[in-house]
Amino acid sequence: MNKKPFIISAAVAMTFALWSCGSNSGNTAQNKNKAIDMEATGEFEVADITAAPNVPAPVGKRGPKKLIVNLETTEIEAIIADTFSYTFWTFNNIVPGSFIRVREGDEIQLNLKNAENSILPHNIDLHAVNGPGGGAEATFASPGQEASFTFKALNPGLYVYHCAAPPVPQHIGNGMYGLILVEPEGGLEPVDKEFYIMQGEFYAKPTSRSPKLLEFDNDKGNDENPTYVLFNGKKGSMLGPNMLEAKVGDKIRLFVGNGGPNLVSSFHVIGEIFDNVYTEGGSTVSHNVQTTLIPAGGATIVEFTVEVPGEYNIVDHSLSRTFNKGALGKIKVTGDANPKVFKKN
Amino acid sequence: MYKYFGIISLAFILFSCSKSKEETSASVAMNESREPDTIQPITVDVKMVYIPGGEYLPFYGEDTVLVEVKPFMIDERPVTNKEFLSFVKANPQWRKSVVKRIYADSNYLKLWPSDLELPIGADPDAPVCNVSWFAAKWFAESVGKRLPTLDEWEFVAMADADTPNARRKPAYSDYIVDLYLIKNKHLNPVKQSPPNYWGVYNMFDLVWEWTDDFNSIMVTGDSRTGQYDDKGLFCAGAATNSTDVMNYAAFMRFGLRTSLKAHYTVANLGFRCAKDTSLNNN
Repeated sequence: MNKKPFIISAAVAMTFALWSCGSNSGNTAQNKNKAIDMEATGEFEVADITAAPNVPAPVGKRGPKKLIVNLETTEIEAIIADTFSYTFWTFNNIVPGSFIRVREGDEIQLNLKNAENSILPHNIDLHAVNGPGGGAEATFASPGQEASFTFKALNPGLYVYHCAAPPVPQHIGNGMYGLILVEPEGGLEPVDKEFYIMQGEFYAKPTSRSPKLLEFDNDKGNDENPTYVLFNGKKGSMLGPNMLEAKVGDKIRLFVGNGGPNLVSSFHVIGEIFDNVYTEGGSTVSHNVQTTLIPAGGATIVEFTVEVPGEYNIVDHSLSRTFNKGALGKIKVTGDANPKVFKKN
Repeated sequence: MYKYFGIISLAFILFSCSKSKEETSASVAMNESREPDTIQPITVDVKMVYIPGGEYLPFYGEDTVLVEVKPFMIDERPVTNKEFLSFVKANPQWRKSVVKRIYADSNYLKLWPSDLELPIGADPDAPVCNVSWFAAKWFAESVGKRLPTLDEWEFVAMADADTPNARRKPAYSDYIVDLYLIKNKHLNPVKQSPPNYWGVYNMFDLVWEWTDDFNSIMVTGDSRTGQYDDKGLFCAGAATNSTDVMNYAAFMRFGLRTSLKAHYTVANLGFRCAKDTSLNNN
């Protein structure tokens, strides 16, 4: 009940925290300052954005530009698994939402339109933004309304964006998330294949209208007990004819996000070792990693070269999710056998 | 305790601010179009229901602070297309071709092909939508009523078919959330579903509804700020716990209200009217 000592100790702790941040701020602060001073040139142009598993072309060596990103929030029914449909809430009618690719120093005008036939208000919080709510308050739009804000990309990295309208777990749980990549000056090193994958879990129950049409179940959400754990919003999104494809010798880069809303992913590709992992989507690169954690509301970039032909399973190695709840994708690698690396005896 | 006192006084200040602002807006409206006494009265045939009021626990604020709702009368159903047509016939300043943008955005009566024509195929008895808060307020004026306050509306919304307060029934909350997610329900006519305990229809199954003080309680767009916590509208954990199972549906309503501005018009947002009464509980 007596809050004073608590407040004082909190204040002291905060001062220390600020102080210690200040004393070893190093790279991040330098990057940020540098990016603030980068001048975005030219007129605003509409950015190329893509649906998973595709990503837009790399930024390469270009300088900072002015880009417009148009997103529409919608509420739609689509197949989630087998013969079941789900009432998804989306950015641009897809789960995950469109992949946005920019470089540090870019000036981005984000236009959010909430569809006329939406039932609820929506908005967007981009984790790549330095500013209040990541844009959430600036873009809070009633059905049929449009909202817009402009931000400068300061920190290179891979970031989640999501709807932050109340009730937030429901909006995210219905599929309102996507990724924005901020490439460093000079761009990421070129690779042979790049793909966009986003994990998210769905807490489903039948609607009153049809047992085959599912909707968000708040009780399951509170219990963090999902019905489905999926890559790219649909069971089998990367299976059968939708398998990702590569050739022996290809260097593959996966941009992997985790929308959550709750679960943490143990991301793993069966039969491969990640040569590089940009831990939590940031600037620290780890090597020779088998499984990497992706927090809810976080992302990672993994890179690996495929040496042997075959099918490689993309999984959440918290394996009940893969074997029982749908978190499975595949990369099909074609090319010549490579007995030096792998052969069956 | 001081903290709570602070919040409550802040709420009062905000509330009183919004009140005076509203009066200012109204007087601007009067000066710019017609004098208030030239709002032409119209007659509509809608039954009003007596609500005895009482103390209730709002979804906002601290969980021990009860709010008193005085007895009032409320329309048994939302205002219909047909009724709004009579209003714009009698009050030309509210026709879509002449209404001022500060009072209604460009989607005002969006699907009406002309000033005095209902949308093609629209049911005259379906609730009117794409109307701003200003328009709703002046409509209420024209029928000698007012908009219900947020507390009045929420008080009525606590009732299911059998009880005045069904907030602790999980099935009732699920039922409402389920209704909320149905598309295009605003195209259906009023009074096709059963009334609640008070005899009031269509609280959840047709449209979102304006209230007089729709923006007096703000759920911030970014729901993790202090403001959100302070207002006690943190939905997550409490959403389906035993203390208040209807919280979740209410939370969706408060979210929608927060996203609105008084000149906005939305495809699934309508209103109903209320008025004071001298009748009382006894």
